[in-house]
Amino acid sequence: MPPVRLAVDIGGTFTDLALEHDGRRSTAKVLTTPQAPERGVLDGISRILGAAGLAASDIAILIHGTTLATNAIIERKGARTALLTTEGFRDVLALGNESRYDQYDLNIVLPEPLVPRALRLPVPERLDNEGNVLRPLDENAVRGLVPVLQREGVESVAVGFLHAFVNPAHERLVRDILAEALPDLPVSLSCEVSPEMREWERFSTTVANAYVQPLMARYLRRLEQELRALGMAAPIFLMLSGGGLTTIETACRFPIRLVESGPAGGAIFSADIARQCGLANVLSFDMGGTTAKICLIDEYRPQTARSFEVARIGRFRRGSGLPLRIPVIEMVEIGAGGGSLARLDALGRIAVGPESAGADPGPACYGRGGTRPAVTDANLVLGRYDAGRFAGGTIRLDAPAAARALAAELGDALGLEAAMAALGVVEIVDENMANAARVHAVESGKSYDGRTLIAFGGGGPVHACRVAEKLGIDRVLVPAGAGVGSAIGFLRAPVGYEVVRSLYQRFSALDVGAVNALLDDMAAEADAVVAQGRFGAPTTQRRVAFMRYVGQGHEIPVMLPARRLGPGDAAGIRVAYDAAYTRFYDRPVPGSDVEIMSYAVLVATEPMPMLPPQPQGFGASAAPVRRQEVRDTVTGAVADWAVYDRAALSPGASLRGPAIIAEAETSTLVGPRWSAWINALGYIELVRGAA
Amino acid sequence: MVGDNAALAGIQRQIMWNRLIAVVEEQAQTMIRTAFSTTVREAGDLSAGIFDVNGRMLAQAVTGTPGHVNSMMESVGHFLRKFPAATMQPGDHYITNDPWLGTGHLHDLTVVTPAFHHGTIIGLFANTAHVIDVGGLGMGPDGRSVFEEGLYIPIIKCFDRGVPNATFFDFIRAGSRLPVELEGDVYSLCACNDAARKRLVQMMDEFAMASLGPLADFIFDSSRRATIAEIAKLGRGTFRAEICSDGYEAPVVLRAAMTIRDDAIEVDFAGTSGLSQRGINVPAAYCRAYACFGIKVVVAPEIPNNWASLMPFRMVIPAGCILNAPHPYPVSVRHVIGQLLPDLMMGCLHQVVPQRVAAEGSSCLWNPPLRGGAAVSGQARGNRKIVADFEIVTFNSGGTGARPGLDGLDGTAFPSGVRTMPVEATENVAPVIFWRKELRPDSAGAGRTRGGFGQIMEIGSKGDLEFAVNAVFDRVGNPPKGRDGGGDGAPGAVLLKSGATLRTKGFQVIPDGDRLVLLLPGGGGMGDPRQRDPETVARDVRDGLVNAAAARALYRVTLDDNGSLDETATARLRSPPD
Repeated sequence: MPPVRLAVDIGGTFTDLALEHDGRRSTAKVLTTPQAPERGVLDGISRILGAAGLAASDIAILIHGTTLATNAIIERKGARTALLTTEGFRDVLALGNESRYDQYDLNIVLPEPLVPRALRLPVPERLDNEGNVLRPLDENAVRGLVPVLQREGVESVAVGFLHAFVNPAHERLVRDILAEALPDLPVSLSCEVSPEMREWERFSTTVANAYVQPLMARYLRRLEQELRALGMAAPIFLMLSGGGLTTIETACRFPIRLVESGPAGGAIFSADIARQCGLANVLSFDMGGTTAKICLIDEYRPQTARSFEVARIGRFRRGSGLPLRIPVIEMVEIGAGGGSLARLDALGRIAVGPESAGADPGPACYGRGGTRPAVTDANLVLGRYDAGRFAGGTIRLDAPAAARALAAELGDALGLEAAMAALGVVEIVDENMANAARVHAVESGKSYDGRTLIAFGGGGPVHACRVAEKLGIDRVLVPAGAGVGSAIGFLRAPVGYEVVRSLYQRFSALDVGAVNALLDDMAAEADAVVAQGRFGAPTTQRRVAFMRYVGQGHEIPVMLPARRLGPGDAAGIRVAYDAAYTRFYDRPVPGSDVEIMSYAVLVATEPMPMLPPQPQGFGASAAPVRRQEVRDTVTGAVADWAVYDRAALSPGASLRGPAIIAEAETSTLVGPRWSAWINALGYIELVRGAA
Repeated sequence: MVGDNAALAGIQRQIMWNRLIAVVEEQAQTMIRTAFSTTVREAGDLSAGIFDVNGRMLAQAVTGTPGHVNSMMESVGHFLRKFPAATMQPGDHYITNDPWLGTGHLHDLTVVTPAFHHGTIIGLFANTAHVIDVGGLGMGPDGRSVFEEGLYIPIIKCFDRGVPNATFFDFIRAGSRLPVELEGDVYSLCACNDAARKRLVQMMDEFAMASLGPLADFIFDSSRRATIAEIAKLGRGTFRAEICSDGYEAPVVLRAAMTIRDDAIEVDFAGTSGLSQRGINVPAAYCRAYACFGIKVVVAPEIPNNWASLMPFRMVIPAGCILNAPHPYPVSVRHVIGQLLPDLMMGCLHQVVPQRVAAEGSSCLWNPPLRGGAAVSGQARGNRKIVADFEIVTFNSGGTGARPGLDGLDGTAFPSGVRTMPVEATENVAPVIFWRKELRPDSAGAGRTRGGFGQIMEIGSKGDLEFAVNAVFDRVGNPPKGRDGGGDGAPGAVLLKSGATLRTKGFQVIPDGDRLVLLLPGGGGMGDPRQRDPETVARDVRDGLVNAAAARALYRVTLDDNGSLDETATARLRSPPD
């Protein structure tokens, strides 16, 4: 019998579960219990096991992800945290990069540091950029801070010294001194949490880690205890924001690495769908109620980054959040969802989002008192939903209310009928998403040629065709089971861990020995973490150098051989760099030396084997269940569109747009220039311009 | 009701406008990712936009800094006068750094690139970036004419049909202290226009556009109408204000008379001080840029920048005043004066819409341009150690002015849109040590809302060897003023650690064993400090940012021994006598 695998994803509202056993998969959704999240988890587990006729002792592996850390930061409910930092640099967190994220808004608000100034405590010490001691650590001064920490009721401490990623001695010494006096006080060191150059990002990450650490450690220990009490003996893994899995031990030390685990699961879900269908390069497009998330996936691997912003206060504006420098699956989040509200801007143009109607009152058509038009209202007025079946029939949609809201907010001022105002709203939101996707591709040096768009979330399948058209994408895939996509993604994640460290060198004077020593050390660190959970599974290693021309500010990743480098490797690395640079920016810069800023080593178990490619081919034409009037957003024309019931379509069924494929959770729109068929896995495949 | 076809066309025009703004945003992002100079890639001192063949700007990237708002826009007209659109070829790139044809000093390169569709020129992309070095005296105020300030590039072709102009590149490499960076930056500027050019062609194909004409008409028409509608909401009249800069040889007074008409705002700078012998003079285009930004950020912040939305703001700048420097006056650090212009504009607008303006802030960047090595210490110093050669600038700011409902921002750039770089990164590119860089207590102007705090910076070289600063600081003799009863921000100071006071402007040496200490100004406050929420005052005291005596004297707030607000004592202090 194949092992029983269980995944649990705690989100803000729901806790999603996915269980795989006997080649079957079942899913469940229960309400999140924010006060004691393990209650919701245990409730969900007993339900899903009960339905499958299994006991806790049958589980072979449990994979868990949670937004608890993110929420604690957003809601400012973490531990009372102090930062011990280099004297003279008390305000690194407050000063940030000394800039405004919006040039034309006089009234912007910048995020408050997680540690108030009174608890940012200077310590005499100073290293230079090579790690030499310019000023020794004043150990007595550190001891002198112990009563302050006690008096102030500090529950967690972060230590951030300048250049500590080059020489961690001072930070470690502080930890030892504090451990003597306050053995139970958790301490996060910047040289361990985020050993990379750039003090603001490193301190911010270290402080955020310290801030959520007590809460997360308590929660994880409680959860583990309760599961053991239930009789579950299986190992527990935590989903990381970078897409790998780690143990409870590591998660308790570096909980900040769990911050984006839910969205990471969604991206892995997409990557797994792509793998099943043999689509190497895809764009993952997850559109929910408040935001849309997009992620580029190449060679079945979601794109990753090393930095991220949490708790943005400026309506998803870049620069308005707290910077975190940790490995993450790179995603762009746009304030564009079903609940995004439309309005007229100062120029009388239709603007959509980022303000959202939320779940309450929700869009006007929910009939819960919302009077402003949202994207869902516009979709309804265009005829894209079955008003009676929306959200599985749980919400009865009020189309006249939607039309009234569109007319009042937009139509009357613009001289447009409600239906044309609705068209404007949908076209603008589609354009916003496509523009964000396009800029994201530029920043990543990628293009959309030949990509497939994988659409999920409540809004993804409704908007996918048009967004694809705007990006020049000809193929869309709508998977099944997307409602708990992140939890399913957890089941597909490799056990893996990424270590990133800075080591600055000019490429022309590359010290191969030093690089090898560093990379071996990093590989050993990653191996040790992975060893705790791989159960003999083979692992692979990826080594990456982050390089740039001397004088530039942005590095590009260059793959290194996964072994010790020899003197002969340098030429090949330089060729790989120039090729990568040219791919990004058309032409290399003549005569420039290259510098290496940092390295990453990722150790992970090998991904699950790919399923054999599915037989392709169109089967019998499907029969519509009825027809309804829909307005096309490209031509503005109203026509009778066929409506199909997704549950009634079996693999091989094909149909031609324009059409709507309705299901309980969402509708898939098949545009007029598109054809659709159900593939062998039950996914809807849409192709543009196909006969 | 509009018919469906007309409605659809209207919606599509809006989509195309949004797309055009996305295209120029891509242009700016490409520059940031490829640029060599820290001024561009770290600080974001740049600008990017698209123009029609008549040189009218259709859209400008949001990313970038206001100093180029309409100076870059005017620049494209100068390019077209020298190289008419009809003579331009695919693959051409044109460049200048002429302060009077570009954006106001030699350190700003402007590159213009024609875009073609089906063999016809359909528009132009332009961008501007501040590069670190163009030779000459370096970035500083000491030049007595523009010829001393660096390499002067007239409007020329740097790429001819895709082929680099080798002679041009030879000249710029030979003329700069940082030849690799300068050449790399020119490549970067061309690459970013190329990226935008390709995206524009895709857009025109997708929307089946034959030219940008109809879209331009729509953008200009909506923008002009919306801007005028915002102006129409303001009271009519003429409103006067003045502001004082420390100047170089003598203080400089900037005066403005702002007249609000039905469809335009006109600013007359009559009464402003005359020209300086040193590089703080402001070319007219740069004056228009920052004055325009200062008005726009208050009056019409939501309306995107383009030819029509900027047109209703008109500046009359008398000849001979410091805001209308003619060639060949020195202009290298024109930002020191120019960045005061938004405060001056808000001084006028405060009389019209007091609830929408901020108090005066530190405003002028407090960038210390630092140099060390042979260029400072000479070759002939016997066996004395000298520091390795370096040339850097970091971007730093004092506090911004209090807002009507919010405190000013601590150590944050305004009106400039630049970012600073990490100390760790700076110390990796130059042999300097920042010994201190943190908020400056008691520097914020008191008020119902207070100003932002300034900073204290202490900088030495590695080994505390001799180095130099090319000082370009202001608001030492003339601190930022509060409004509506708010206090002034603390004035700045430029000092040696050993105690001596340095000049605010000009090249000065920090001797062996000594360090440079900068006290950056705080922002002005707004409203009566005694009306400030006492809890926020108590917090500032606990945070060590406002001393207890000042809290008591200025804010009439007192804390108990535990550092909590003493409500009874505070109420007593705040109650009027009798």
